[in-house]
Amino acid sequence: MKRWITRSILYVLLVGAALFYLMPVYVLLTTGFKSFQEVNLATMWALPSGLHLDNFVAAFEKLAPNLSNSLSLTVAATILSSMLGSLNGYVLSKWRFRGSDLLFTAMLFGMFIPYQSILIPLVRFMQAIGLYGSLWGLVLTHVIYGLPMTTLIFRNYYATIGTEVVEAAHIDGAGLLGIYRYIMLPLAIPSFVVVVIWQFTSIWNEFLFAVTLTGPQYWPVTVALQNLAGSQIVEWNVQMAGAFLAALPTLLVYIFLGRFFLRGLMAGALKG
Amino acid sequence: MRIRKDRLLAIALISPSVVAIAIFVYAFIAWTIRASLSSWEGLLPDYTFVGLANFTQLFRDPRFQIDLRNTGIFTVLFLVACLVVGLLLAILLDLRPRGEAVFRNVYLFPMAISFIVTGVVWRWLLNPATSLERLSGINLLFHQAGLDFLVSRWYTSRNFGIAAIVIPATWQMSGFTMALYLAGIRGIPEELREAARVDGASESQIYRYVVMPMLKTVTLSAVIILGHTSLKIFDLVMAITQEGGQGYSADVPALNMWYTAFRALRFARGAAIAIIILTTVAVLIIPYLIHTLRSEVEQ
Repeated sequence: MKRWITRSILYVLLVGAALFYLMPVYVLLTTGFKSFQEVNLATMWALPSGLHLDNFVAAFEKLAPNLSNSLSLTVAATILSSMLGSLNGYVLSKWRFRGSDLLFTAMLFGMFIPYQSILIPLVRFMQAIGLYGSLWGLVLTHVIYGLPMTTLIFRNYYATIGTEVVEAAHIDGAGLLGIYRYIMLPLAIPSFVVVVIWQFTSIWNEFLFAVTLTGPQYWPVTVALQNLAGSQIVEWNVQMAGAFLAALPTLLVYIFLGRFFLRGLMAGALKG
Repeated sequence: MRIRKDRLLAIALISPSVVAIAIFVYAFIAWTIRASLSSWEGLLPDYTFVGLANFTQLFRDPRFQIDLRNTGIFTVLFLVACLVVGLLLAILLDLRPRGEAVFRNVYLFPMAISFIVTGVVWRWLLNPATSLERLSGINLLFHQAGLDFLVSRWYTSRNFGIAAIVIPATWQMSGFTMALYLAGIRGIPEELREAARVDGASESQIYRYVVMPMLKTVTLSAVIILGHTSLKIFDLVMAITQEGGQGYSADVPALNMWYTAFRALRFARGAAIAIIILTTVAVLIIPYLIHTLRSEVEQ
């Protein structure tokens, strides 16, 4: 009897919490699927009369160029920062030199700084090299500030591979690059998945660098969405549909590759 | 000879990254410090040294005083909310309910979403009440449930507007705290709990005296991650309030910095705000990094 009561309380709490987390999703989807005539703040919580796509079409027409910017930006910056991170992680775990741990810690600090503290010089720098306002400037920015995280994940992964492997390969005549190419790189595929998913998600979702460094033509979707939401002209229902479109790619990644996503999260938090 | 060549190659391989971080993190911070001690206003840089004038002006500025107070309130409420909700959900899931994986995924999915998306949606859920006739969002739910006393002006309320931002922030980050705690709990050897059970401890006593003490390092990690997130929170506040609410009711230093530097073009003052934010984050992060480095060296 007592067990029955505690189990009931358990499920009430779990379902209650789930309702809280799903509430925004409910509003997002019901609003998105309403027809333009049905949209009204006073009936915000009502279900739509059918599955109308007006809002999604309107939002997609507005955001399509920005979704495409986000995609190019995210793919380019993810690939570059993952590859560099994998090399750094290899060197910092298997070719340690005097001061390499300190160097690594100094790199890690770059992961935690509030980017406001480098933003003014960054803008000046991008203006000086002619990349201010463009998508490439933003790619470069994401590659560089992504390095601490990608290096961290790879370094911690390579550290779990025994040094015997490296020493044996050495005796067989393999050099630094050979060991990387034929031993480390194939072993690190799971880490690549974690890093790529992590970088993809954080770059797709990023806003501060994007809003500061790019012009309207190159706005990624987060900036364009925020601009929609800030304008008085675009209706809130279209904003909601736009929010859904902007969230969709990373949500799909989460749904299908959630395990790896979680591992990236943990890598950033559970050290020491 | 060969190894020696490889050692040089190793250093050559990481030097581009090291140089990039040295410039983009450390040199840029130094550059911002220099700007914060200058009188730079407008598009053309002006590094005339004015000492700490920008900082003293800031601390006398009513808006910045509100910002500091808001950051304090936000950080405390956000940390407490995330830790309590995260720990509670982790313990509930540790009781192995049916559909555990589904619940876990539902609690965690907001982590995959941009703060901007969260902000756009919550902006409408937290639509401030102007009168009882024109309610929307959560206020409308309160009204329909007969809970009119809960109807709120949310982020536009004068004294605690910032507290409204804690709700979406917790919505986004508490699942992450849950995942941290759950990993921590699952990492405790089952024999320990079994031993306590044999000694006659009840389940709640086991959580209180066996599990909780072993979660201290997890809590520390969570405080570091959540704390530095809250000190630099920017996108969420901008997406919900645009410019910081009514009378800066939900303004934060990071938002102030952005508008001051990139809209008002008062770069010296913006740089000073940035350095203050950096200092608060560094106080939290540097001891943590040093601690991590030390514990690795010991291993």
